[in-house]
Amino acid sequence: MIKKEMIAMLLAGGQGSRLGVLTSGVAKPAVAFGGKYRIIDFPLSNCINSGIDTVGVLTQYQPLRLNTHIGIGIPWDLDRNNGGVTVLPPYEKSVNSEWYTGTANAIYQNLNYMESYNPEYVLILSGDHIYKMDYEVMLDFHKANNADVTIAAMPVPMEEASRFGVVITDENRKITEFEEKPEHPRSNLASMGIYIFSWKVLKEGLLAMKDQSNCDFGKHVIPYCHEKGMRLFAYEYNGYWKDVGTLGSYWEANMELIDLIPEFNLYEEYWKIYTNSDMIAPQYFSADSVVERSIVGEGSEIYGQIYNSVVGAGVTVGKGSVIRDSIIMRDCEIGENTVVEKAIVADGCKIGRDVHLGVGDYAPSKLNPKVYAFDLVTVGEGSVIPNGVKVGKNTAISGETAAEDYPDGLLASGEYIIKEGDRT
Amino acid sequence: MKALGIILAGGNNSRMQELSNKRAIAAMPIGGSFRCVDFALSNMSNSHIQTVAVLTQYNARSLNEHLSSSKWWDFGRKQGGLYTFTPTVTADNSWWYRGTADAMYQNITFLKRRHEPYVIITSGDCVYKLDYNKVLDYHIEKKADITVVCKDMPATEDVSRFGVIRMNEDSRITDFEEKPMVTQSNTISAGIYVIRRRQLIEMLERCEQEGRWNFVTDILIRYKNMKRIYGYKMDEYWSNIATVDSYYQTNMDFLKPEVRQYFFRDYPRIYSKVDDYPPAKFNVGSDVSNSLISSGCIINSKVENSVLFKNVFVGKNCVVKNSIILNDVYIGDNTHIENCIVESRGTLKANTYYSGDGGVKVVLEHNERYVL
Repeated sequence: MIKKEMIAMLLAGGQGSRLGVLTSGVAKPAVAFGGKYRIIDFPLSNCINSGIDTVGVLTQYQPLRLNTHIGIGIPWDLDRNNGGVTVLPPYEKSVNSEWYTGTANAIYQNLNYMESYNPEYVLILSGDHIYKMDYEVMLDFHKANNADVTIAAMPVPMEEASRFGVVITDENRKITEFEEKPEHPRSNLASMGIYIFSWKVLKEGLLAMKDQSNCDFGKHVIPYCHEKGMRLFAYEYNGYWKDVGTLGSYWEANMELIDLIPEFNLYEEYWKIYTNSDMIAPQYFSADSVVERSIVGEGSEIYGQIYNSVVGAGVTVGKGSVIRDSIIMRDCEIGENTVVEKAIVADGCKIGRDVHLGVGDYAPSKLNPKVYAFDLVTVGEGSVIPNGVKVGKNTAISGETAAEDYPDGLLASGEYIIKEGDRT
Repeated sequence: MKALGIILAGGNNSRMQELSNKRAIAAMPIGGSFRCVDFALSNMSNSHIQTVAVLTQYNARSLNEHLSSSKWWDFGRKQGGLYTFTPTVTADNSWWYRGTADAMYQNITFLKRRHEPYVIITSGDCVYKLDYNKVLDYHIEKKADITVVCKDMPATEDVSRFGVIRMNEDSRITDFEEKPMVTQSNTISAGIYVIRRRQLIEMLERCEQEGRWNFVTDILIRYKNMKRIYGYKMDEYWSNIATVDSYYQTNMDFLKPEVRQYFFRDYPRIYSKVDDYPPAKFNVGSDVSNSLISSGCIINSKVENSVLFKNVFVGKNCVVKNSIILNDVYIGDNTHIENCIVESRGTLKANTYYSGDGGVKVVLEHNERYVL
């Protein structure tokens, strides 16, 4: 019988609605990051680098991009005869067919998958954080404490702790109490959403809570384990960890990569981040191109100027164009004499010539002030922006736009254009 | 599938100078991210050939390392696969490969056990894209015994290092001279052949009996009046890299937009082993013009008309001009490099000057590298 010491379950079904139009067509874990990667590459690479060769990826929201990206797992060496990567979408059952209604519910619906590997421990991960972590060290900690559940937690500034789920521990890191987004936090150890469960404990918890609606680890299963008097420990992590859940934090995390010596180092030989990339050619810079303080992905053709930006693979930047403080994802085409300032342009966009993104002054968003609260121009996947238009700050564009969508050739700050087109 | 593939990748020649000291020519890096053999392998894969044998001999380590997994070219198949054959000592043979025909003869068991009716033979030191099925269709249409892919070179080019061909109006080869002193034509053999598998086996066995070892002189030239040998004209880009100058020129060709479009963007693509370096990074002071930069590079100063392979570090205040920097090179601050090919894994000290005067200089430097 197959026996795996630890398998990983990677929750990748969330929409990540706070990324606005960036996730209108793809799940958040499939959003591009750092020039050539996608967010899910980080937990997947961590798994294989930690010696975990069996990973179930739970998908639900817009899974096509995620499925094609993962494939059979070749880039992460997860194409295995025993184990490897398995994509786990919700499925129809003879009774009680339902979508994944919560993080724990999604894992519960895949008890059979986990059971088939006969694991001793199950690692629960989420697909929306940028970090490097050796899960094997965390497992050693779990075993050394004879723990039932180990929660990875990191110290955050006390004033920010109220945004997180915080754990309160004794001197041995044994968890005594939880506080979910407390007004007056008593600890600054924030849960990172990474858990190791001893298999029996996980199974018991999931079965006990199976009728809970929207069953969630943080809200239901962990508190259940705590109530039952199980041994819960906090594993303190002190490295780089970034939640890229908002447009602002996503933009910042990308920009941190262009620092001279970035805090998050992608150049480490012994902890490589792997990704699926069909683009392997080098990038070309023409005679009058300028590129400074930027990273540029494979196969891009740069005829213009790039400053302080992260440019993905297969991008073309036309002559005379200037890209500044922006993120351009893969396969975008940017025409000639176009200016892009403080923008996030998702995969496969076409921006015409003489366009100016990021003009004028900040104005609150008319689309959704909670999501669009930064002075960024956000352009969704596959969008088209016609020649000669100007786009203000804190705007959102999605779909194939034409000149008539821009009154007087301008999309004012805070405005938006969302076109559904043929996409659903 | 109708054909199996053989890639001849065992040779070396002195015209590569020090560049082939540590690798086979087929393993030479090309176009920033590729190795020469990737072109032949990708062509095979894109032509739906599933069984490919790579015959290696000289400095096979580098090539074996590159071919350690067949998955990059999609050869990890139940039917067929990628085979690497290096000479081995057997009960009745203790020779190295004495020539291209001998290399195939020594693996005749492989040829005999396959079932594909045709064989595509190509060399590992050429850069090109070709759908071999088109050549095969032509071969069948002409009822040829052997089809040789050939290429018209510009009249200005010295073709004396190639096989030079003359054909009649039906494209049948009437004259074939290998590395002639005086050239009669500018049509050369591209080193790509189509032949029926049984025919090849028969010819190889006969060669062996007669103590002949070379496919071009002992099969193509010797049989040219007896067998129907046809030429297939190829019009697209083709380049042989087996001299320092042509290696340099081939890499520089990738600075032309039409060459990049053809190899990097047009379908089908060329595949290579993936190295997982992060995207290239350009710090303050970088000034890149008309150059190719590969993943993993970190640039801090001036790069002009050059091709940088993977994971190259260029320090501050440097000038890299008209040069090819192979992978994993570290260039210290204030260094000037012009008209050079810098061998891979080299470390160039700060404040040094390298220039190929009137030609291309091959730079091999293995200094201590101090990296923080």
